Amino acid sequence: MSLLNVNHLTKRFGKFTALEGVNIEINEGEIYGFIGPNGAGKSTTIRVLLGILKASEGEVKIFGKDAWSDAVDVHKRIAYVPGDVNLWPNLTGGEVIDLFLKLRGRSHTSRKEELIKKFDFDPTKKCRTYSKGNRQKVALIAAFAMEADLYILDEPTSGLDPLMEQVFQECVIDVKNKGKSVLLSSHILSEVEKLCDRVGIIRQGKMIETGTLNELRHLTRTNIHVETNEPITSLNEFKGIHDIQEQGLALSFQVDAEELDHVIRHVSQFGIVKLESMPPTLEDLFMRHYENKDEGNAGGVS
Amino acid sequence: MSDSLFKNIGSLSRLMMRRDRLRIPLWFIGISFFTLMVPIAFVDLYPSQQERDGMAETMQNPAMIAMVGPGNLDNYTLGAMTAHQMLLITAVVVGLMSILLVTRHTRADEEDGRAEMIRSLPVGRLSNLNATLLVLCVTNVLLTLVTGFGLYSLGVESMDLEGSLLYGAGLGATGIFFTGVTALFAQLSESSRGTTGFSIAVLMIAYLVRAVGDVTNETLSWFSPLGWVTQTEVYSNNDWGPIFLTIGVSVVLFFMANYLNAIRDLETGFFPSRPGRRGASPFLQDPAGLIVKLQRTGIIVWGMGMLIMGLSYGSVLGDLESFFAGNEMMEQMLVAEEGYTLTEQFIPTLMIVMGLLVTVPPLMSMLKLHGEEKKNRVEHLLARAVSRTKLMGSYLIISILNGFMMISLTAIGLWAAGLAVMEEAFDFGTIYGAALVYYPAMLVMVGIAVLLIGILPKLVSIIWLYVFYAFIVLYLGELFQFPEWAGQLSPYGYIPQLPVEDMNVMAVTLLVVVAVILMVVGLIGYSKRDIEG
Repeated sequence: MSLLNVNHLTKRFGKFTALEGVNIEINEGEIYGFIGPNGAGKSTTIRVLLGILKASEGEVKIFGKDAWSDAVDVHKRIAYVPGDVNLWPNLTGGEVIDLFLKLRGRSHTSRKEELIKKFDFDPTKKCRTYSKGNRQKVALIAAFAMEADLYILDEPTSGLDPLMEQVFQECVIDVKNKGKSVLLSSHILSEVEKLCDRVGIIRQGKMIETGTLNELRHLTRTNIHVETNEPITSLNEFKGIHDIQEQGLALSFQVDAEELDHVIRHVSQFGIVKLESMPPTLEDLFMRHYENKDEGNAGGVS
Repeated sequence: MSDSLFKNIGSLSRLMMRRDRLRIPLWFIGISFFTLMVPIAFVDLYPSQQERDGMAETMQNPAMIAMVGPGNLDNYTLGAMTAHQMLLITAVVVGLMSILLVTRHTRADEEDGRAEMIRSLPVGRLSNLNATLLVLCVTNVLLTLVTGFGLYSLGVESMDLEGSLLYGAGLGATGIFFTGVTALFAQLSESSRGTTGFSIAVLMIAYLVRAVGDVTNETLSWFSPLGWVTQTEVYSNNDWGPIFLTIGVSVVLFFMANYLNAIRDLETGFFPSRPGRRGASPFLQDPAGLIVKLQRTGIIVWGMGMLIMGLSYGSVLGDLESFFAGNEMMEQMLVAEEGYTLTEQFIPTLMIVMGLLVTVPPLMSMLKLHGEEKKNRVEHLLARAVSRTKLMGSYLIISILNGFMMISLTAIGLWAAGLAVMEEAFDFGTIYGAALVYYPAMLVMVGIAVLLIGILPKLVSIIWLYVFYAFIVLYLGELFQFPEWAGQLSPYGYIPQLPVEDMNVMAVTLLVVVAVILMVVGLIGYSKRDIEG
């Protein structure tokens, strides 16, 4: 069952179109990775989801309710962590966490204390003294101390150290195990890869790819590293071969998934000494969408 | 050594001037224009010495002296008149300019982490402070020269070159003094809010000490830097001594600021910061609790300020009576005409000024909502179960209560001091009524602020221009003899001047209705627009 449904969302600021026809669907118990380069529209999308910005066109439903007109009802079941946490300089971290919890009408003291300990956080200091990572912890503790049905996390780990990132990932998995949903916008692709069931990639305000990681991988290339007895010839005549790098008899290249069979058959004729194949990482996938653009441009010129 | 302390002051100064290439010129033009306009207006309004002497008569009462300082009332030339009525108030504005500019380039930069970036470059430890001092000194010296030569160039007979330059120097020296004060507080306080707050407090205390001193005991005025400005006796005795005193003390302040800056770490202060609460108090659990918590200090400081203002104006009421008691002719004339005591007739004049001043804290309180939006902090609340209407409504209610509190404290101060110094004191109802009658006008101003935040958030600062306009037409209106409609372009123009005029229930009710409409429209607008930031 889908908890969150974004249908053809368009958002304009004056003449500038920040989002164009964005579709997102998040199901119950699912962790959805939302990735894209800076300025692609991730935070704008999230702010529309929160009813802070009003959609110019399209429909945004969360729990079957409208994200704009039923914002307050929707927010009772949402926990949100912004990417850039600005806090009131003269309040302590502890006060802010309590306030955030009370604004949702419930307080979970034991869970809160547990998280404060887990994140190794000092709640007695004034917010003006906190570093970026510590301000992030305030938002994370306030979010995970709540019993929400949907967690919207906008680059939640920026500024956290690797240890705290680990704690964060535990919290997300914990939430998932309870059957809750998460929208995770992130630049840390390894994190997305590890946590997310499905991924959506946004670029220049448009969703360019959505699916499970397996589905996406299918669209992309496998990295091959091969050493043979004889030099491999005419490899570049195959279609779907990219980035060939030669070092004597060793060869590295990428191959499109659908061409893998042909290529391996061809290569095996030359007496394989060593063959390594690596599945494409999300990073490859992500990068490839950039390259696409470059290749497109280059193609246009030649 | 000097490299590690003072390297690249020049580049930093240029950076500051680049950042303020609009801000400083705007202050500059505003202050110069204001300074030069007034004598031009006076030439038209009071062409003969007889008319000026008449003006001197009305100025010769403790309330006016408390407001604008002592003057050369025996020889009230155009020059003496300009210096008497304008120098002090303009000096306050110049002081305010310095406070805001210095805070912006010192503690505010440090608090926002920009200073850290600058300090990572080959820049001396004290360069930023001294570049700020340099820019401010240059600004104030230029201001001295422009206003000085500008006044002289008006060609008014009684405004000679020395007097004009002294007038300018009075403004510039005050600016430099408050540059020093703010530079010092920028070291002591850990936040830009604290820096501005403490510095403005010094400015206000200086004004009040001088007000009380000028009326009761002149020695007291010598403890106030604003007292020094009025002691220069511009366009009469032209005493440069107080200017040198001001500059001398400023230099000491500069050295103290430099010393404290040299011995402290970046982003620390000297006022102690206590460890805070572990969790929120039961009070802090909804937007209203948060707003009160955030504004508490401001509310207390303003409340005390308003009480003190009421007290200091009230403390001259007794002198007023005795002053007029000695002047039989004037007493008879005014009383016979109006049927009210002279002191009663001064109440409305005082109340206009107070009515405007008490509008500032509730407006600031309301505008915080917009400030929070720009700082990306309202989204914490709106992303949780808080509606836009609840958020803005909480700000509005607190702002309205704030205004009520401020107006009450002012009236209580005025009444209490009057009780102490007058033989036949006013009863509380008279004073409180005369003050509270301004409340509807204040509500209209708050209503406009709500409307702007709700519908035109980019233009929110216009409200201050409007307050300034109201101040000009009401405070200076009688001086310049503005037409009545000019006053009625602001809500204050419709307020009956109790106790001298009759209560106008109709006008006051209409103001309340207008205020409510503005607020409702603003609330609706706020719940329909995008949140920025």
